[in-house]
Amino acid sequence: MPNNYYDAADLRKFGEITEWSEELGKKFFDYYGKVFEEGALSAREKSLIALAVAHVVKCPYCIDAYTKDGLQRGITKEEMMEAVHAGAAIESGATLVHGVQMMNKYKKLSM
Amino acid sequence: MSIKSLKARHNDLSKPEIQLEFLNNGIFRQGELPKFKDKIAATGKFPLKPKKLEILQINVGYMCNQVCSHCHVDAGPDRKEIMTKNTMQQCLEVIKNTGAHTLDLTGGAPEMNPHFRWFVEEASKAGIKDFIVRSNLTIILANKKYHDLPEFFKKYNVHVVSSLPFYKKEKTDRQRGEGVFDKSIKALQMLNKVGYAQEGSDLKLDLVYNPAGAFLPTNQEAMEKDFKKALKEDFNIDFNNLFAITNLPISRFLEYLIASENYEDYMYALVEAYNPAAVENVMCTNTISVSWDGWLYDCDFNQMLELKVDSKVKHISEYNEDLLNDRNIVISQHCYGCTAGAGSSCQGSVA
Repeated sequence: MPNNYYDAADLRKFGEITEWSEELGKKFFDYYGKVFEEGALSAREKSLIALAVAHVVKCPYCIDAYTKDGLQRGITKEEMMEAVHAGAAIESGATLVHGVQMMNKYKKLSM
Repeated sequence: MSIKSLKARHNDLSKPEIQLEFLNNGIFRQGELPKFKDKIAATGKFPLKPKKLEILQINVGYMCNQVCSHCHVDAGPDRKEIMTKNTMQQCLEVIKNTGAHTLDLTGGAPEMNPHFRWFVEEASKAGIKDFIVRSNLTIILANKKYHDLPEFFKKYNVHVVSSLPFYKKEKTDRQRGEGVFDKSIKALQMLNKVGYAQEGSDLKLDLVYNPAGAFLPTNQEAMEKDFKKALKEDFNIDFNNLFAITNLPISRFLEYLIASENYEDYMYALVEAYNPAAVENVMCTNTISVSWDGWLYDCDFNQMLELKVDSKVKHISEYNEDLLNDRNIVISQHCYGCTAGAGSSCQGSVA
């Protein structure tokens, strides 16, 4: 066993998850593949969304994968960073909007 | 960005045997890379055999006015290998008698060969349907004596295939040298001005895209759409087709992969993207590549690795199409580069 939690080489083994649960693994990869096909959104737009989400969920494998995917699609570094900021803004907004709940509770409990 | 060729720097990677050693045996910490030979054998494609010859590709010299960081030829101003008029005469004899419909002149910068114009004039009389010159574009502006190249190309109805790794300055200059993008744009505008890629004109101008880094090219059509939109909007430039080409792990691109510690991952990326359907149409199956000194190879990459054709006929002076058609194509681990994803050739995607 490696003594660290993340190993970049493990990304290449992602497909192996089907070995311990073939049906569910296959359903996931079929779904995943379908999601990223060209649709109402272009595959390029979806790649940027995936990159932003990768940062929000803090997945180093996904960050590597979608940075590379973006490079392959000719997405510029400025576009990539803007996508990351969009993700970060939503993430921090999601934290801050809970401040309203805190304020409500504070007011309710206060005389 | 290197300012000299590997050869001028006496770098070990300038030796084909050292490159082949890397390709076959190292650096693989995550297990040995599967052999290309075994991959194609699994679908009954070994030995790989040629189909009908369609393209005669002639490398008229390794001299170039640029030193691109990914160059598989290791070309540059310090490279003096240049095809002689005598070898060109031997090529012309073959051009007159071959069944190939495409003549593909490459380099280095082919225009820097002192006999280039004479060769184009003579070869154009030989009835080849598609006469390609691979131009790096900046040569047109490099010196006054090259400024009329667009008119010269037009006169002989040359099909110009030009390298432009990206439609933005930063990436292009990083790969091909400071100032290359601006000069390339100007050269493309000059080609458009004499009629290349214009409506109603049969003068063809194609661009070659190759990734500026350790990743594979994406869908060729999508990239062509992006290039066309950006070049038209920003510079009013038109072109016909975009060829997306995978960088092969040899020569200066191999040097970059090793130095940036991307070599192993890149090789695995090629293997993972291996596409059996691409094997059908790899360029070595319909091409013969001739080196500046007249030796024959299955492709330009084998030429750089000095892997000559596996045939009794090995030199242009003894050219025999029937004997050559009977050969087995020489393969090695770099061949993964041409069979990854949509496949890669000098004419772009193949699958």
